[in-house]
Amino acid sequence: MALIDLANPSRFLALAGRALPWLAFATALAFGVGLVMAFNAPDDYQQGATVKIMFLHVPAAWLGMFGWTLMSLSAFGTLVWRHPLADVAAKAAVPIGAAFTLLCLVTGSLWGRPMWGTSWVWDARLTSVLVLFLMYLGVMALYRTAEDPARGARAAAILTLVGAINLPIIKFSVDWWNTLHQPASVIRLGAPAIHPAILTPLLVMALAFLLLFLTLHLAAMRNEILRRRVRTLRLIQADESHA
Amino acid sequence: MKELAALLMRDIKLAVRAGGGALIGALFFLIVATLLPFAIGPDLALLARIGPAMLWIGALLASLLALDRLFATDYEDGSLDLIMMGRAPLEFAILAKALAHWLTTALPLVVVAPLLGLLLNMEFQSMTFVALTLLAGTPALTCIGLIGAALAVTLRRGGLLLAVLVLPLTIPVLIFGVAASNAAIAGPVPFGPPFTILCALSLASIVIGPFAAAAALRHGLE
Repeated sequence: MALIDLANPSRFLALAGRALPWLAFATALAFGVGLVMAFNAPDDYQQGATVKIMFLHVPAAWLGMFGWTLMSLSAFGTLVWRHPLADVAAKAAVPIGAAFTLLCLVTGSLWGRPMWGTSWVWDARLTSVLVLFLMYLGVMALYRTAEDPARGARAAAILTLVGAINLPIIKFSVDWWNTLHQPASVIRLGAPAIHPAILTPLLVMALAFLLLFLTLHLAAMRNEILRRRVRTLRLIQADESHA
Repeated sequence: MKELAALLMRDIKLAVRAGGGALIGALFFLIVATLLPFAIGPDLALLARIGPAMLWIGALLASLLALDRLFATDYEDGSLDLIMMGRAPLEFAILAKALAHWLTTALPLVVVAPLLGLLLNMEFQSMTFVALTLLAGTPALTCIGLIGAALAVTLRRGGLLLAVLVLPLTIPVLIFGVAASNAAIAGPVPFGPPFTILCALSLASIVIGPFAAAAALRHGLE
């Protein structure tokens, strides 16, 4: 099915209705496997059991950035192709991405307390994740301010693309400032610096988080379409009662 | 070109003559710097140490002040429609407006910054460096603010939203502006790298800002 066929919301709703149970099932399965693997993973020789927070923290950080990437792609869809579902996709992704970013900040703080002796340091990467979170909140505020959803969607799309310039800054800020936070250790040239015994559960957990994101996103898109239908029906009703 | 020059002159005249909006930013900057010692105490050594950072924060907030009127007044009296329909590309028209805005609001801040440094017990040399970093960094603040101003005008109720949207994007400018000032004053990092990155941020913002603002106006006001 081509992307353009999904422009029909009814067809998209039917597809989403069929895909959602399968996605939800896959998410539950991946979390089941991932959590058991994470639980059985060996403790770090320096960090002890606190290393297990990483199985939540790292996927949450990835998904927090994935959310903005998804919004940026949707923003292109809104501005360039005017795909009617693109702005639904972007709007639905905002609170989910914000939630994952917040989860990343909270778990990082919980890990930092015993490891660094402080809940928060003004390190480059922490700060840029906080900025990402603030920008998510800014986009949410923008959506709430707009009276007309279509106009708000286009404004949010432009803000999202401008914010996308911040994503590489997040990724590379570690190399620029290189302070307390350890440098990237999974995606880098050569082999990952993490032992497979910890890397495998991490990747399974990342997959579970990704599936969770997609499930929530699809459900949120469905809700958004229904919400817009309700809004349109209400507007028609208000028109009729005035006439 | 003639249209752009006319637009630039018009905006400068409006800022300088009508209501005197140009100097309010500088006045606000002065008030922020005056409030500071009340908040943290009249410890001159401490004031000198955090002076550059405080001047940068003050400049950042002062540059936000006039931003929401940048497109809003033109939108209200209809001249924004004329600018959008004019022969000059909208991006360049916006750049001309940004230049006028920078000349009337940011440049006064750069000029008064050394005077405020005096109040904050900073050395003469430090004050010139802070003014230099402000000179290099404020174009970025103006051009990032453009995007927020354009978005806010399309949403009509965007006044407060503007600050929320713009401030997170200005963080890199603030970081490198203060880093360059501190490097020049206290060391041990050389002044060059953060200052050149600050200049790079300004140049990139001058390119990105007008395009994004023009896109926001075109998509938002159609």
